[in-house]
Amino acid sequence: MSDVIISFAKVNKWFGQFHVLRDIDLDVARGERIVICGPSGSGKSTLIRCINRLEEHQEGHLSVDGVELTDDVKAIEKVRREVGMVFQQFNLFPHLTVLENLTLAPTWVGKMPKKEAEERAMAQLERVRIAEQARKYPLQLSGGQQQRVAIARSLCLTPKIMLFDEPTSALDPEMIKEVLDVMIDLAGQGITMLCVTHEMGFARSVADRVIFMDQGQIIEQNSPTEFFANPRSDRTRDFLSKILSH
Amino acid sequence: MAAANAMRSLIAARPAPPRTAGSLSWLRRNLFADWKNTLATLLVVAVLVDWLPFVIEWGIVDAVLRPDNAACRALEHAAACWGVIAEKYRLILFGRFPFAEQWRPLVGMVMMVGLLAVSCLPRMWNRWLPVAWVVLFTCFFVLMRGGFAGLSFVETAQWGGLPLTLLLSTLGLGAAFPLSILIALGRRSHLPAVRAFCIGYVELIRGIPLISVLFMASFMFPLFMPPGKTPDVLLRVFVGITLFAAAYLAEAIRGGLQAIPKGQFEAADSLGLTYWQAQRKVVLPQALRMVIPSIMNSFISTFKDTSLVTIVSLYDLTGSLGLALNGDANWRQFYFEGYLFIGLIYWIGCFSMSRYSQWIERRLAADAV
Ligand SMILES: Nc1ncnc2c1ncn2[C@@H]1O[C@H](COP(=O)(O)OP(=O)(O)OP(=O)(O)O)[C@@H](O)[C@H]1O
Ligand SMILES: [Mg+2]
Repeated sequence: MSDVIISFAKVNKWFGQFHVLRDIDLDVARGERIVICGPSGSGKSTLIRCINRLEEHQEGHLSVDGVELTDDVKAIEKVRREVGMVFQQFNLFPHLTVLENLTLAPTWVGKMPKKEAEERAMAQLERVRIAEQARKYPLQLSGGQQQRVAIARSLCLTPKIMLFDEPTSALDPEMIKEVLDVMIDLAGQGITMLCVTHEMGFARSVADRVIFMDQGQIIEQNSPTEFFANPRSDRTRDFLSKILSH
Repeated sequence: MAAANAMRSLIAARPAPPRTAGSLSWLRRNLFADWKNTLATLLVVAVLVDWLPFVIEWGIVDAVLRPDNAACRALEHAAACWGVIAEKYRLILFGRFPFAEQWRPLVGMVMMVGLLAVSCLPRMWNRWLPVAWVVLFTCFFVLMRGGFAGLSFVETAQWGGLPLTLLLSTLGLGAAFPLSILIALGRRSHLPAVRAFCIGYVELIRGIPLISVLFMASFMFPLFMPPGKTPDVLLRVFVGITLFAAAYLAEAIRGGLQAIPKGQFEAADSLGLTYWQAQRKVVLPQALRMVIPSIMNSFISTFKDTSLVTIVSLYDLTGSLGLALNGDANWRQFYFEGYLFIGLIYWIGCFSMSRYSQWIERRLAADAV
């Protein structure tokens, strides 16, 4: 059962005159785990942000779990309920406790009773191994802990798809592993994942497919073994030599 | 062995050094640190030494406290005549409200101040608070207007003094605050018509003095109404004050909205919150907290600006002081003491707001870190 959950068909996007996504064609299978890499400014973030309509595309068709993304607000709301997103800067709500950060969407978007939302939130916090911090405020936690809270928060509405935009880039080296461990756990549970990252170890161990982007285009995509062993284009080789050299 | 040498033993925690206590060292550090500091201190002391005895003599020692007109006149302004307050305080505090019925504004005012104090506590901020205010204003109006169960009818044009000042301030700010939030949000809307309207509103109102707004509200509204129907003067003034305060508050709040990082909006969107849910739960709690000092600044201005309603013949605290003194040739000359008295009342109000603002800011900031 490898039906398609996300489908880009000739998607184009501009920022003003700047052509940031060019003829993107991409089908993501249900449960697939994809890692996206590429040089800075190549449009990786923009690509995944189109999936939950944080950015809108101007040409082509993009549908998520059978819903086409247009200006239709209902469609956007429906898609956002099924897509969780984790940001580089965590973007936790600083005025709410960890627990309140997690229960906000379930109670308001999911109309869940408060008690049930809290139980679910605690379960998610257990899952990212941070339950003992539930009553603290985000700024009282370390970066790694905050990112794990952010992951737990986006899981509370039980999304079918998880988007990660460089989730470990803002973290100190000793905290990267705790976040990657949580993501590896998640990858083992059959959720569809798209992850922009330069953690090639993570790509090797969990990705079904690695996508390389440059200048708004998908240059190359392959299984991680093939991708790292036999990069086909010069630009990919060039990029890999830069990030794998240190 | 080499490894043991390379590793420094951990340094155990020590208690902090004792603070240099004692008032003498405090004085030296704060008042006489260098010659400039010392000079400033001495100057301030000199001014105090020069003025304080006079102030004490004028205001306390030689002052007349009894409502004794002859004694007051005999002072020839060499000392304060507090007798004018003792004689006229009910007129100053309650304006033209019928003398025998003045317990009604008193009760209304006490209820209002009580609820105001309760509303200051964050733990009371729930959905019942607005309900309580609606009930309070209803009771206040019913009690003041009367016209039932033996209470005589008192038209709004006769309401005055401190209760009127408090009513106009709380009701005006209570209505202006939610309105200003909508305007501030509207100024950032992506709908061009909404944005243009909100910008136009703020720029228009901020460009006109309150006194003209009140004047227009009072004399222009009736022109647009069907003949024979004039909206109540109190209502007109209330609308004027609300519209005016809302424009300033909206600008203060917009400052807070602008300081919210883009990531907060994106996180709210990605969680599927609707626009209003995101504003209410994520954006506004953070934005309002950031601009508490400017909001309180607007509140304080509005509280004092209510004194301008005298130009449309409503006698608030300031107006009723004039009312109390102008008509009485015996006491008219002691207006200075009268102004000190109402100045003190305004100051208590403003100073409380200022202290509250500092307290609530600290209190809410403690929540987030
Ligand atoms: N809101 C915006 N307005 C205008 N230009 C933008 C905007 N967002 C991104 N861009 C530009 O679009 C290009 C692609 O941005 P994007 O964030 O998708 O790149 P990226 O591949 O994620 O890069 P990085 O690795 O630095 O995060 C960049 O050149 C960026 O400057
Ligand atoms: Mg990016």
